[in-house]
Amino acid sequence: MSVQTTALKMVATREAYGQALLELGEKCKDIVVLDADLAKSTTTIKFGKKFPDRFFDMGIAEANMMNTAAGLATCGKVPFVSTFSIFATGRAWEQIRNTISYSGLNVKIVATHGGVAVGADGCSHQCIEDFALMRAIPTMTVIEPCDAVESKKAVIAAYHRPGPVYIRLGRSPVPVITEEKDPFEIGKAVYLREGKDVSIVACGAMVVLALKAAESLSSQGIEATVIDMHTLKPIDKEALREAARRTGAIVTAEQHVLEGGLGSAVALVLAQEHPVPLEVVGIDNRFGQSGDPETLFKEYHLTPEDIFQAALRAFNRK
Amino acid sequence: MVRPSIEELQEKAKVVRRHIIHMLAKAGSGHPGGSLSATDLIVALYYGKLRHNPKNPKWPDRDRFVLSKGHGCPAWYAVLAEQGYFPVSELDTLRQFGSRLQGHPDMKRTPGVEMSSGSLGQGLSVGLGMALAARIDKKDYRVYVMLGDGETEEGQVWEAAMAAGHYKVDNLCAILDNNGLQIDGPINDVMSPLPIPDKWRAFQWHAIEINGHNMKEILEAYDRAETLKGKPTIIIAKTIKGKGVSFMEGHVDWHGKAPNKEEAEKALAELA
Repeated sequence: MSVQTTALKMVATREAYGQALLELGEKCKDIVVLDADLAKSTTTIKFGKKFPDRFFDMGIAEANMMNTAAGLATCGKVPFVSTFSIFATGRAWEQIRNTISYSGLNVKIVATHGGVAVGADGCSHQCIEDFALMRAIPTMTVIEPCDAVESKKAVIAAYHRPGPVYIRLGRSPVPVITEEKDPFEIGKAVYLREGKDVSIVACGAMVVLALKAAESLSSQGIEATVIDMHTLKPIDKEALREAARRTGAIVTAEQHVLEGGLGSAVALVLAQEHPVPLEVVGIDNRFGQSGDPETLFKEYHLTPEDIFQAALRAFNRK
Repeated sequence: MVRPSIEELQEKAKVVRRHIIHMLAKAGSGHPGGSLSATDLIVALYYGKLRHNPKNPKWPDRDRFVLSKGHGCPAWYAVLAEQGYFPVSELDTLRQFGSRLQGHPDMKRTPGVEMSSGSLGQGLSVGLGMALAARIDKKDYRVYVMLGDGETEEGQVWEAAMAAGHYKVDNLCAILDNNGLQIDGPINDVMSPLPIPDKWRAFQWHAIEINGHNMKEILEAYDRAETLKGKPTIIIAKTIKGKGVSFMEGHVDWHGKAPNKEEAEKALAELA
């Protein structure tokens, strides 16, 4: 299988969310949507306009929004709660932990503006800690889709999965690399490219960059497997064991601090079940800042070149 | 529901207070002060107002009760047991490993517990969600949320108050257990929430002020709240922390301390 990486259609994953809610809302009358004064940005406004009786703008008050969703869930509703990821997972973490997750309530937290790709708004709006915050909560499901097509599938899958789910989406357009017909299952990694020398495990906007890195590696005679690890929790352990067994070296790539994100999740599995050389690409102990996404990806070492170099290091450690 | 007489409710409240003392003494930890201050309000609600069915705790059309001040759960557990949600004998397991009666309310374990709580400030938002669900489904159930007065120092309470006022959720009724004490001292010294009724009215709520140990006033307030439309209602119930046990009444030390054997016996003698 090979995935094209040039001349791709560019769509923000948040756009797919608004569309998915519109379609789901038609069939699934138990869906209720809550937003915290960011409905245009998160794109939930589309649902709000079509189904005003099932949409609540809760104002700039995220803690209250999370627990209002919890109350709705106890009455059989399936609330989708949206705001920017820093406010959802940071401001309202304890509401998610104590009231939603501890009680296993069927609340779907779909947050946009994950990662430094938020761009010009700067550090306060660039969430690079959400995977760690959400992974730490027992029973939580944590997903970051790689493109708009996969995002829509993730939102639909989240609706059908009982219990709390966190989905991180992005603000900026990213290339569409998957197709409607590709299967999507929560907790099941997607192989986008097969190679015997090294495996690159990525999530979100980093997946397409991993594919580009794999092309550069190929021109150097190193064949990389590229895995879209859209579900960070529960992580696909079998896929990781298999990648470790077949390629003997792993690289992870994420738009998140190194502590507690994809790299940490992969390390936890590999260290215990199949130790192989592991290199992690992510944000090393720094906060974000204003800038266009491309400049920020260079500044924080999140480019295809950074993944390429990490893959060489992992390969050479074998 | 046939509403019991005032005397019957008072007697039931005494039974519940005795359970609270027994449970906490057995457990060796817990919160007597706020359980005893809330007892009359919870007894009056379950025996005189709430539409519910202990044999069918998940009945979709039931009224909901959320104990946002979750540390007062011994009073709630005792009422639920007396109502038949689970055996009275189970009250002895409070706070023990494996018990359905956790140190703070746990909706997954305890029949009749509508919402887990314990982390203060979250219950009114939950009640708002339940009340909005009734609106969506065109159901007529009501939602009651009990708050502590110290608890209203949490900012989220006011987020919820603002949202409930904004959405004119008149099937939501908050009950404030206004016992005037929190762990570090009198609420007015620690972080004053005064003036209480003015604040709630400013957030577009109806506010009713009552004596929270007078069964007649409590029932009248519950009935009146149901008739007030267009806004949510808060019943501000003036209560005494540790009510019913002379040496606990008004003493902040009894917020989170269980009575020892001698103290429990003395308390039970007063509640005989």
